[in-house]
Amino acid sequence: MKIVKKYLIFIIALIVLVLMFILNKSMALNALGTIKISIREMLLILPPVFVLLGLLDVWVPRDTMVKFMGEGSGLLGAFIAFIIGSSAAGPLYVVFPIAAAFMNKGTSFINILILIGAWSTTKIPMLLFEYGSLGPKFMLTRLSLNIPIILVIAFTINKAMKKNEIDTIYETAKNAN
Amino acid sequence: MHNKIFYSLAIILLTVSFYKDKTKTKKSLVKAWKSFENILPQMLGMITSIGIIIALFSPDTISKIIGSSSGWLGVFIAAIIGSITLIPAFVAFPMAAILLQNGAGYMQISAFASTLTMVGILTLPLEIKFFGKKFTIMRNCLAFILSFFVAFVIGKVVS
Repeated sequence: MKIVKKYLIFIIALIVLVLMFILNKSMALNALGTIKISIREMLLILPPVFVLLGLLDVWVPRDTMVKFMGEGSGLLGAFIAFIIGSSAAGPLYVVFPIAAAFMNKGTSFINILILIGAWSTTKIPMLLFEYGSLGPKFMLTRLSLNIPIILVIAFTINKAMKKNEIDTIYETAKNAN
Repeated sequence: MHNKIFYSLAIILLTVSFYKDKTKTKKSLVKAWKSFENILPQMLGMITSIGIIIALFSPDTISKIIGSSSGWLGVFIAAIIGSITLIPAFVAFPMAAILLQNGAGYMQISAFASTLTMVGILTLPLEIKFFGKKFTIMRNCLAFILSFFVAFVIGKVVS
């Protein structure tokens, strides 16, 4: 029963997919094609990411991370968070477990927010695709707007969250990894 | 190409780690597997749902709805589509280029690209699992609203 509950969304989606096959075969094959691409992407990106996270957890002492990315790490901490987020690969959902691992190591909340922001908008491989497909003007305009937007979102959420709410998030992160 | 960097880095560091301390290395691999297994069910559910939703829309229909004359309503619809879908960049941006050639507008495409990367409706359960409801709703709403600002500027600069 526990497994069924865990995979509930997946099971429902599979049932919908089967119904689609009966009603409109070409549309279902289309969906299957996209699913195949996404699963391949997931299986390609995730293994090294999680291996690196495991190593980070075991080898990097908490004190070191607190020093570079914790409370009071200032601009340097924000810069490191921005660089890690931008050099990443993979869709947004991959960043959530990564953020949890960084929280466990004592990264400050504002730096977590910057990491997520950079991951979602200024990823270098993504920018390359945007440049190639939509041209330099489009890509550069969006990039120059997105960098301040990352900061606006980070500071707004950081201000709006109460201390006990942030503590709960850090507690959850402990159980996630 | 980008994956190769990740794989090389993981393999090199894993080898170094193994030479230095076998038990620590084993511990790190167990951790890696556990956190992977933790998010696997949600990921599979999400990916399958996305595939189904994308199949429901053809590029032809999309460019009709979000054409350059569709104005702010088109921007809004594009932002919604971007929020729901979640496709890798190497598919999304070439697709955006095709939509542009088929008559979609720059403002609409910009809104689509912004919410595609920043807002995730189908990933909400996963984000809530890690960050709670308040954080998740705030982050997604802010990103959604700000994507209109980006669309506005793109509309002025690129045309």
